[in-house]
Amino acid sequence: MALYALTIQPPSTAKQAVLGDFIGSKSRQQILSACGSRLSLSEIDKEDQRFREFFSQDMFGIIRHIEKFRLTGGTKDMIALSTDSGRLVTLEYVADENILKPVHFETFGKSSIRRVVPGEYLAVDPRGRAIMVASLEKNRLVYILTRTGETNITISSPLEAHKPQALLYNLIALDVGFNYPTFAALEVDFSRADQDFSGAAVKDLDKELVYYVLDLGLNHIVRKWSEKVDRSSNMLFRIPGGDDNPGGLLCCGEDTIAYRHMHNTTEQVHRVAIPRREGATEDPNRKRIIVGGELYTIKGGEFFYILQTDDGDLFKIIFNVRKSGIRSMRIHYFDTIPVASSMCLMKTGYLYCAFESGDQLLYEMGSLAGDESDEATYDSSQFPTDPSLPYDPPFFRPRPLKNLIPTTTLPPTMGPIMAAEVANLTMEDAPQIHTICGTGSRSTFRTTRNAMNVYDLVDSTLPDKCSSIWTSKLTVDDTHDTLIVLSTHGGTTFVLRITDDVNQAYNSGFIEDTASLGIQQFGPDCVIQVHSRGIRHVRGIRFENEDAEQAMYDELTDWHAPAHRTVVACATNNRQVALALSSGEILYFEADSDGSLSKADEVISLECPINCIAIPTVPEGSVRAYFMAVGCGDQSVRIFNLSPDMDGEILKNVGMILTSAQPSAMIITHMKDKSPNGSSQYLHVGLRSGVYIRAYLDEITGDIYGSQRRFLGPEPIRFAEVVAAQDPAILAITSRPWLTYTDPRSGTITSTPLHYTPFDAAWAFKSAGFKGIVTVRGDILRIFDILSVANNTTQENIPLKYTPRKLVGYHEQQIYYVIESDNNTLDAETVAMLKAHEKSNGTGAIDKQGDTAMNGVTDTPEGSDMAVARIPYDETPAIDFGHPKAPHRWASCIEVVDPVTEKDVVHSVELRGNQCALSVALVAFESHGGELFLAVGVATDLVFAPKYQYKSGSVQLYRILQDGRKLEFFHETLLDAPPTALLAFKGRLLVGFGRDLGLFDCGRKSLLRKALTRDCSSSQIVHLTTQGGRIVVSDREQSITFVVHKEMVHPEELIPFADDTIPRYTTCVDMLDYDTTVGGDKFGNIWVLRCPPKISEGSDESNNGLQLKQDKAFLNGTPNRLELVASYFTNDIPISIQKTSIIAGGEKIIFWAGLQGTLGVFIPFLSRTSMKKLQSLELLLRIEDKPVSGRDHLAFRSYYNPVKNVIDGDLVERFLLLSHDQKQVIASQISNTDVGDLEETIANMRGLYAF
Amino acid sequence: MADKLRAQQQLEALQARYVGTGHADTTKHEWLQNIQRDTLASIIGHPPMLLYQSIAHGECREKTRIRLLERMIQPVGPPPEVRNSSHDNQTQAQ
Repeated sequence: MALYALTIQPPSTAKQAVLGDFIGSKSRQQILSACGSRLSLSEIDKEDQRFREFFSQDMFGIIRHIEKFRLTGGTKDMIALSTDSGRLVTLEYVADENILKPVHFETFGKSSIRRVVPGEYLAVDPRGRAIMVASLEKNRLVYILTRTGETNITISSPLEAHKPQALLYNLIALDVGFNYPTFAALEVDFSRADQDFSGAAVKDLDKELVYYVLDLGLNHIVRKWSEKVDRSSNMLFRIPGGDDNPGGLLCCGEDTIAYRHMHNTTEQVHRVAIPRREGATEDPNRKRIIVGGELYTIKGGEFFYILQTDDGDLFKIIFNVRKSGIRSMRIHYFDTIPVASSMCLMKTGYLYCAFESGDQLLYEMGSLAGDESDEATYDSSQFPTDPSLPYDPPFFRPRPLKNLIPTTTLPPTMGPIMAAEVANLTMEDAPQIHTICGTGSRSTFRTTRNAMNVYDLVDSTLPDKCSSIWTSKLTVDDTHDTLIVLSTHGGTTFVLRITDDVNQAYNSGFIEDTASLGIQQFGPDCVIQVHSRGIRHVRGIRFENEDAEQAMYDELTDWHAPAHRTVVACATNNRQVALALSSGEILYFEADSDGSLSKADEVISLECPINCIAIPTVPEGSVRAYFMAVGCGDQSVRIFNLSPDMDGEILKNVGMILTSAQPSAMIITHMKDKSPNGSSQYLHVGLRSGVYIRAYLDEITGDIYGSQRRFLGPEPIRFAEVVAAQDPAILAITSRPWLTYTDPRSGTITSTPLHYTPFDAAWAFKSAGFKGIVTVRGDILRIFDILSVANNTTQENIPLKYTPRKLVGYHEQQIYYVIESDNNTLDAETVAMLKAHEKSNGTGAIDKQGDTAMNGVTDTPEGSDMAVARIPYDETPAIDFGHPKAPHRWASCIEVVDPVTEKDVVHSVELRGNQCALSVALVAFESHGGELFLAVGVATDLVFAPKYQYKSGSVQLYRILQDGRKLEFFHETLLDAPPTALLAFKGRLLVGFGRDLGLFDCGRKSLLRKALTRDCSSSQIVHLTTQGGRIVVSDREQSITFVVHKEMVHPEELIPFADDTIPRYTTCVDMLDYDTTVGGDKFGNIWVLRCPPKISEGSDESNNGLQLKQDKAFLNGTPNRLELVASYFTNDIPISIQKTSIIAGGEKIIFWAGLQGTLGVFIPFLSRTSMKKLQSLELLLRIEDKPVSGRDHLAFRSYYNPVKNVIDGDLVERFLLLSHDQKQVIASQISNTDVGDLEETIANMRGLYAF
Repeated sequence: MADKLRAQQQLEALQARYVGTGHADTTKHEWLQNIQRDTLASIIGHPPMLLYQSIAHGECREKTRIRLLERMIQPVGPPPEVRNSSHDNQTQAQ
């Protein structure tokens, strides 16, 4: 077995984002973000404020830190990158070629992410003179950058500033102007604690703020100065320095933001405490930490900081700057946004936030100054420098956004994905991907489809039901269309005129009582109408004024088809017309100099009926298009030449392909691609069977080559030539519309369905006001536009209450049950009680300011439940402000989600008594006549750290009512340990609790145990799957165990008989067949394990399993071992894995979803030749196209375990991005293939199985 | 003898360079401590693993990172008083 790994959606949770000018455009700023192993560059379009990713590349390495730097005199920012490659890499983005060019590869240590290998921290001197890379413990290296000549940047050998037995908490470079580069680090020296037997020393370890100065003259680094800072300090921010600014840094810790600088005295340190939230549900003693921040400098040298706490509250820090330095600083509440891993404040006043969870957002700074007067402001003079001294903690009341205005929505971010399932709930042709994403109050249930989003413009009703639509200009020089011509089912034609509005127009000269076959602006100022009896040629159509409904024209000419023959198909462009007659003849016309039709003497006569014809538009600078394609009833497509050949003859057959069904439509276009010219001529053929064929049509010889097929839908295909996101594209209309376009990322031609209602006909549309695509279905005319083709999926979101953990689908009723739980969070009941209490008391629980906003409330609620209903409006909704936190508390619920009809949560059951839901299953108990129950595994008082502990574990059963849309508590059964895995098995419930596996039936008051195997796996059962009588038990640490169920003995037995050879921290598992299992682990590996056939047979041989029990345990495990079939490192934690197909009519493949938002597939190879071909290609690409992160690709994919039987499709697809010469070089090294063949194989792997 | 000395020196250089390199007298505590510190450093260093931990605890990534870093200081408790007691025994014997 060999697999082909493909990413269908790269991870979306940004690890870090950096703002800079990487193009060298001087005025514009781009966002460089690192997601998983991808680096991408994006920009915010000034005009339409749209977020546009213009570059993205897989680094094939784990990105740890990114920074930008620019040497003095440089024109653009460069990228410093630390990955797991053990190298410091500097990169330059070359805008002209759209590539990342490595500048330096400086190897400093071992690869991969280790305790003492530098790379965790990366700090760059603001003037770009030095880079410091550091590890968590001990190692720090400094590289000096200098410029030689105009463009070259040289990097020195590293200087060491190691300090053994010291942990590094944070590292920044200070702004010191042109003085020696200075770095500041937060360190803890734990050597004393390592020696101390009593354990007392660990409590009084100091945290030091250490300043390292790089002496450029002596070329060495000195530990210049250090001071003891608050033990909880975790973050540093630099203060602008140099000639005019004070310099120094902000040292942030728990409840502390302190201004410090080198050689400061206690008086020179200024500290403010972090204001705490006021409110009934907030613990007034909880201290906040700062998790991120961004400096903003106003022109003229003023600056301020915006810092974010772990609650997401933003605070503005304003400095009182005097000549002598900073005299004091003030802090006030700014706004509340979700916790961001990076914030980028742009010069244009936008704030880009890469949130840790959920969709990213772009804010506009409403008031940069952020009115200080309205907010409670705290000055550093109010607080002692030492946080251990007493002080009055500051408070603020969170409120809705005031200074920030959310603007553009950015591309959806799925990460973190908590679980996923592919299912076809709505019986569409392709299944949907259902995921539960996000954390806390920002959780969502998402339905993802492979479909392109469109932007709806107009929706109007027509007087009659129409079957075809065209738009037309009036003269060749018009910039936009004036006429919309519609052909009705009843065989009539009518005309609409486009002005500011769309109105019906009369007297346009067209024949109105016949159905049209084609409308074309022809010659300089004519419009032709092709109908079944001939051609109507109208010259000089015009309208008197803006509002005129009556058109005028100069001249009408009719050409009639020969007697007893009708026109069945036509193809037109501005200068050429071809008509197919029912007799199998094709007549050809060209435009005269005055635009009238002149028929060619040559006629093509074919033996078979003609279905469709296609002529491309006239190439620029030419008088005619060169080729015509004819789709014939004998399942062939023939190419005829329209320009005279060597013998001066036209309409000669120059090429032909055979198709699998009769062609229904054809179109020839030029589309952008990666060819040397930048575009190629393509022939698109739609068949009656719904298969779409795309092939190159040579512009000189008319040869057809490189054809690719794809099934789009069960109906005959029709085409329309349109424009999508400024580039030419093709609409293929079958049971649903598809767009064929140039994928901006790979530069290849791709097809994606549109996320739009089906329509019968479409045509490109361009008016003075807007442009787009006009479509018709029945009597509804719709106009839409495709603004971006960057994203080929659409998502529908349903907000959830808490962090979703698992989901189970009730597919017949089109609903999902989601269990949700939030650790360290106050549950809904307590929140409601506290809020009611606050209301009834009339004062807040914390009332430091005398701010009694609640004084007006006079009524006293009788009970807390009543009070819940009376709170009309929540001032701080959890979706914006998060759920209130409380240590060791759980908030948990079960929600019923209807993603199809109501698209909302339809029912919710809150768990009480500090319980949290861990696992869920839908079981039809045979003993209850197959009645469906929802089984939920819960734990009470669960604590993870420092030690996994709990009070109790139990399984709750819920009866399912009202078509699954309501849950009714049935009973609860206590177990020895929290049930972490549940599975419906043979009409009963299989429960994995702790290390034990039990089989339970449903009783009246509790579950009844039918079988139990103690210590079935070695640490904790986390997942169960089954086929037949075989159960695959996944262990938290020890991979998987195969268990067989023997029901013919009494008591029933669950016998483990095979397990794995190495530990795998399993997260998800699915069975590919009875013996083969695919799974993922916490370290990001995906592996396939197989039970040897003899052992598999042996396990099912006897009915009592006696011989299985008598087999001797082997090396503390089961008697037998599984075999490894495939292994691969993904750089994301697989959270769900499933054997399924994901496109319409696709084969079954392995689909997986990763925690950071990755969606990927593994495609089994069907042919050995294509496997060998891609394997050699992968091998060559590893050498020819080395990852720019400096990581060895083979080592990366073998991060924990050697890669086995998996070909990395992401690397293979990089082939498509290479230049033509590079492709040739690579292809020539692989036997029996060429560039086109390789491209086709690569495209087919994605096109036929995934999207 | 010189070879032995050189081997010894090389080992010491290795131990100084790569923290956690074992030697003949590695105690159980030292070994455990190194394993734990390596594990914690690995969790902090791998972004998906840090995200996984932070979701489990319902806190933001920076908080989890700090918590794990703090645990690196003394992951398995204070060192046992082994050497001291043997030293005491020796003095008593004398």
